[in-house]
Amino acid sequence: MELKTIQTAHVPVRYFEGGQGQPLVYLHGAGGLDLEQVFLAALAEKYHVFAPLLPGYGDSEECAELRDMLDFTLHGWDVVDALGIQDPILVGFSMGGMIAAEMAAVAPHDVSRLVLIAPTGLWLDEHPIPDLFSTMPFELPKYLFHDQEVGAKAIGANIALTDPSFLQVFLVRNARQLGAAGKILFPIPDRGLRDRLYRIKAKTMLIWGESDKLVPPVYAQAFQAALPNADLVMIKEAGHMVTFEKTSEVVSALPAQ
Amino acid sequence: MKFTWFNLMPWPYLPDDFREKNHSVWVDIDSKLFDPEKSHEVYNTYLDLLEYAATLGFDAIGANEHHQNGYGLMPSPNLIAAALARRTDDVALLVLGASIALYNPPVRVAEEFAMLDCISGGRLIAGFPVGTSMDTNYCYGQIPALTREKYREAHELIMRAWHEREPFAFNGRYTKLRYVNIWPRPIQQPHPPVHIPGGGSIETYDFCIDNTYSYSYLSFTGYLRAKMLLQGYWERVAARNADASPYRAGFAQTICVADTDAEAERLYAPHVNYFYNRCLHVYPGFADAPGYRTIKTIQKGVLSQYAPLSGFDNLTWKDLIEGGHVIAGSPETVRQRMEDLIKGLHVGHVFCLMHVGNMPAEKCMYSTKLFAEKVMPRLRNMFPEHDDDNRFWCKPMTQRVKAGSLPQMQTETV
Repeated sequence: MELKTIQTAHVPVRYFEGGQGQPLVYLHGAGGLDLEQVFLAALAEKYHVFAPLLPGYGDSEECAELRDMLDFTLHGWDVVDALGIQDPILVGFSMGGMIAAEMAAVAPHDVSRLVLIAPTGLWLDEHPIPDLFSTMPFELPKYLFHDQEVGAKAIGANIALTDPSFLQVFLVRNARQLGAAGKILFPIPDRGLRDRLYRIKAKTMLIWGESDKLVPPVYAQAFQAALPNADLVMIKEAGHMVTFEKTSEVVSALPAQ
Repeated sequence: MKFTWFNLMPWPYLPDDFREKNHSVWVDIDSKLFDPEKSHEVYNTYLDLLEYAATLGFDAIGANEHHQNGYGLMPSPNLIAAALARRTDDVALLVLGASIALYNPPVRVAEEFAMLDCISGGRLIAGFPVGTSMDTNYCYGQIPALTREKYREAHELIMRAWHEREPFAFNGRYTKLRYVNIWPRPIQQPHPPVHIPGGGSIETYDFCIDNTYSYSYLSFTGYLRAKMLLQGYWERVAARNADASPYRAGFAQTICVADTDAEAERLYAPHVNYFYNRCLHVYPGFADAPGYRTIKTIQKGVLSQYAPLSGFDNLTWKDLIEGGHVIAGSPETVRQRMEDLIKGLHVGHVFCLMHVGNMPAEKCMYSTKLFAEKVMPRLRNMFPEHDDDNRFWCKPMTQRVKAGSLPQMQTETV
């Protein structure tokens, strides 16, 4: 994958590009793309992949003009337009799934294939989604992974936050990335998507890890209730980070070229 | 020098094993620990103590705003200030302050502060905090990365509401009002003096300098650790070619006075320990929502005081005294250390945290009286060359009415 930059109306956007064939746009979750490189490489074996970083993620510039859900949604379309692609397979994971669903709802004629992997965006009072923002790194694995030991190693959850120099790097990254994510996820990851899902015309696929403790599978049913024609693929022995834990299963579940 | 007597109003009945058995003193504190019937006495004692301080010559008595917090029983500082306005005559009322980003619409603050100023005869000093991340983000749901923009807009709206004398339309991003026309208006024109509590965000320095507001550093870690931060402020003041009046800055300090140093330890150590050990038991995940603090501030190493790298729990009385978290001892000991504080930080306002943790009223009165009689008078003349700087203090009406001054009812007119 190659890391490139493209200009949008608001901000230069960094994106990974690789592979050939059908264009596929992948929108990352609140954790960014750090754990997704293997998954992106696997995608690039089948598709022409574009994986933009949301402003503030990785080394990309922050964007103060993006404040609310509509801003994020239109920014998503601005990036697709800037990349010069039409009707890509639109894939979003977690927060990225929320943005992808919104994009498909505001421009239903511009997207014909939509894949939502454990998307946020809905809220069920009986099944509150854990508060990601107040969660300490060492507590994350239990929400994110089926295999918590492997997960803890992958995200470096055990690195001591008592080391001031590490702490500062960690806090800056958190402030940039989760600060941006908070605009659509804090304090409750619901910006009214449920009221707009009916507009989606794309053939939609939902992919979920069976042991997702962050956005539990009951949310898959909630999405299905609003998107009656959507297919659901449940993946065993996978948590929220299903693309990391079961990379090939997710890739093979995606729509054919 | 201006001395403000402050009481954070802690809940005094947190159990001995609070730290071990509870997730946090703030945000998700166990509501079963609050006993409304006991709070009746707690509130009234705390208000009595504030009034008591007013009788001893403190320049101001203060209230602040916290939510869902075991050491702060003042979700509404304005209610406390209103109660005090009626029961005091001369003392300034420092509300430090009302978290303006949390009021919808923020003109509510302009109105309530105007009411307080009118009722008190112009004794109000207005504080505009951004609010801690616990209060603003986790309890009141404000989006962390947008909090400061919302705060700045609320400030602009309040100031325009106080300055402008014709109804105006306000087309903000967070507040839209077709008719802004506050009623009543403050006695102090165009508005009461403003103090800005800062926890170390460097953006706040310029905001204070630009608007001639006093910068208040509210910390529980004492004056020794505050030096670096306030030095940064004074360097910025100098770089901006503003005058170096000490009244541009204030500092909060926990103070306990007794006859001797040994008596101070014997009387106050348990209550200081209660505060640092139980009241500051804040879950670190609540200390700093991502996006609340700006990147520039984090990069400067200014982190939340609520998630210190080494917790407060292991600090002994000796640590707290030597570290300057607490200034305690005989009047002479306290005077010397206060002089260090005032000179070292170059602050004209001191917010004296004289009620600590679960301190009972008698001890608090004893400490307060000793400070007022034996320490405060000897600290008054620290900055004689700035005595006439009244930009940061209230200007009450000279002829004020007394509460309870209804005319005698004439029986024949009934």
